[in-house]
Amino acid sequence: MYDGWKVILGIIIFLGIATFPILYDIGKASVPPPEPKIDTPEIQKMAEKKCIESKSFMKTEHMVMLDNWRDSVVREGNRIYISTEGKEYDMSLQNTCMKCHSNKKKFCDECHNYVAVKPYCWDCHIEPKEEG
Amino acid sequence: MSIDRREFLKIAGASVIAGLGCLSAFEILLPGQFEASQVLRNPKALVGKRWGMVIDMKKLNEETMKKCVDICHRIHNVPDIKNLKEEIKWIWTETFEHAFPGQESEYMSEEIKEMPFLVLCNQCDNPPCVRVCPTKATFKREDGIVMMDMHRCIGCRFCMAACPFGARSFNWRDPRPFIKEENMEYPTRMKGVVEKCTFCYERLAVGLKPACVEVSNGALIFGDLADPESEIRRVLREHYTIRRKSELGTNPSLYYII
Amino acid sequence: MLELALKGSRKYWSWVIFLLAIIGAGFISYLYQFRVGLGITGMSRDVSWGLYIGQFTYLVGVAASAVTIVLPYYLHNYKKYGRISILGEFVAVSSVVMCMLFIFVDLGQPLRVLNVLLHPTPNSVMFFDMVVLSGYLFLNILCGWYVLGAERKGVPPAPWIKPFIIIAICWAPSIHIVTAFLYQGLPGRHYWLTAIMAAKFLSSAFASGPALLIVISLILRKFTRFDPGWEAIQTMAKTSAYFLIATVAFYLFEVFTSFYSSIPGHMYPIKYLFTGIEGHTRLVPIMWLSTVLVGVALPILIIPKARGNERALGFAAAATFIALWLEKGISLVVGGFVPNPFERVFEYWPTLPEVLIALGVWGIGFFILTILYKVAISVKEEVIFDKYGEKQVKA
Repeated sequence: MYDGWKVILGIIIFLGIATFPILYDIGKASVPPPEPKIDTPEIQKMAEKKCIESKSFMKTEHMVMLDNWRDSVVREGNRIYISTEGKEYDMSLQNTCMKCHSNKKKFCDECHNYVAVKPYCWDCHIEPKEEG
Repeated sequence: MSIDRREFLKIAGASVIAGLGCLSAFEILLPGQFEASQVLRNPKALVGKRWGMVIDMKKLNEETMKKCVDICHRIHNVPDIKNLKEEIKWIWTETFEHAFPGQESEYMSEEIKEMPFLVLCNQCDNPPCVRVCPTKATFKREDGIVMMDMHRCIGCRFCMAACPFGARSFNWRDPRPFIKEENMEYPTRMKGVVEKCTFCYERLAVGLKPACVEVSNGALIFGDLADPESEIRRVLREHYTIRRKSELGTNPSLYYII
Repeated sequence: MLELALKGSRKYWSWVIFLLAIIGAGFISYLYQFRVGLGITGMSRDVSWGLYIGQFTYLVGVAASAVTIVLPYYLHNYKKYGRISILGEFVAVSSVVMCMLFIFVDLGQPLRVLNVLLHPTPNSVMFFDMVVLSGYLFLNILCGWYVLGAERKGVPPAPWIKPFIIIAICWAPSIHIVTAFLYQGLPGRHYWLTAIMAAKFLSSAFASGPALLIVISLILRKFTRFDPGWEAIQTMAKTSAYFLIATVAFYLFEVFTSFYSSIPGHMYPIKYLFTGIEGHTRLVPIMWLSTVLVGVALPILIIPKARGNERALGFAAAATFIALWLEKGISLVVGGFVPNPFERVFEYWPTLPEVLIALGVWGIGFFILTILYKVAISVKEEVIFDKYGEKQVKA
């Protein structure tokens, strides 16, 4: 084999880079699976503890929904959302979502951190003041 | 059949491009389930065809002007940056000779030359800023308001070069540390986007007039320029008014009574 | 062919490492800007574009100027340019890459840059500029690379490439006209609002581009075995001379219009640039340096005897390139913003990190240029020496 040692060195470097994420995490405590909490005072007060759409829908689609909301509010001037149940809501992350889910750290950050996504909502939208 | 390395790379490259192309084509052609979801306008919202404002300088004094500026900047979380280079303002005062350059004359009284005028975005009917924006982040709404979509702005600042009124400010750094008291009902901005007055679109949507109009003791008259029966049209009929740089053809929706 | 860039002399590698160091410094500065925001630059609410957009504007011109070599060669069959047409095309490639990078580093929200494609806006000149620049980049890589490959194999280029070359020739002026439209269509910016802008952009581009190629050719003659040809260099000098005359004339037309009409708004920016207003004189030295350099370069380029002197020519070409850079890369942009819409004067001067970032982008451009030229010259050295065994190729 020509330049055998170069080839082998190349393979080692490639393997090093390819497996870097795994090697990097060795010996580190794993991030605990998220347990988002909905035990805010606002939600406790509700007779029926329900979000504007079903839980499973909100879990998988909230980001699409928020994306649609912002276009609807900012670009079309339509601010009221009618849920599948026919109820009306003001489309506002800051003034609707976060009024109930006032525990951003537990409710938003825990999952987002776990899956390592960093939505930039909070660069502009003001998060509710929390203790601690 | 045997292929050499060159052929292989060509086929692999073409496949990747074709695959990615198909994927995005699918996403465009198959709209999500939200297309069908129902949205409504607030029935209380003020509706107009072309919002405009008359600023009656006879009724304005410095104290009222300060009130207008303060309320606007407070409810919209406009940062108070002292460094002129990075200043952000939606509504502020300029002296006559600077607000209306070319209109002053050498024999004009110092009083008028130095008289402070309230200036803000002119909400032009033919806005150059909208014309130049490469992403439609700034756009004209059906009711004539020149609107900013902060989610979409890429911060190229073409609109700032295009605006002949100096109405636009850029966030040269994170504005949050410069906001004294946050209004929890309204967002702030992030670094790297352009901002300006939006005629309080968020207040119109719930049936309220712009904040500056509300605190102006009647010196600011807000209304629909397209409606001949409106108060603003009556005021425009009864008074001689001027506009800033009307010769540029941007057709400002702000009128001044001197 | 890229493997040819991996074999080089010690000088070649020192140059490459030098460029990488500059790129590194620029990159670190950019990370700083990325974190803090554009506040680290000298730009302000009143002068909201600065060094970055100036470099972009200037380099679009350099990119477009490849046409001054490619057009005579392909359309008029001017054989002397046969050996250097590739040099022009590769300058275009690296310049366009720099243009795109300068736009990118100027963005407040760079991660959203693809919004331009996601929400295409045909009425925005910025959108058009992106389209024409990408197209021009593609055309020059295609034509340059393909023709060079054919030369290496010793076969004439296949006929299918010809239409692309013709399109590239027509495309070149369009990129610079569109860039001028960025400026000249804005109401209320008197220094830019003039129809001569596009013409002046083209003429100054076709003066500075060949000037750069002359400097490069003189360096190549000295340091490599490849000779672009003395006659080709002389022809480029003539091109540069004619367009430099046109540029000066266009500028004087503008001065005449502003001052004979005596419209204040039109006079202010020119007064600011050449004499300063109300004691604000930061750009005055730049404008005068530019003027003096043009004054020295112009006679050298025009007078045949002076032009025929290698040293004088090298100096004149460098002076032209720098003079037009000072005019277009700095003063043009700032002049549009001073005085501001309220007729108040706020000045601009770039900061250190801003300059480092700009240098970094130039470094990337020169790095790409070096690699491409290394490939081209290695190919040409091989071909020429195999065929003739001497420095000059017989056309």
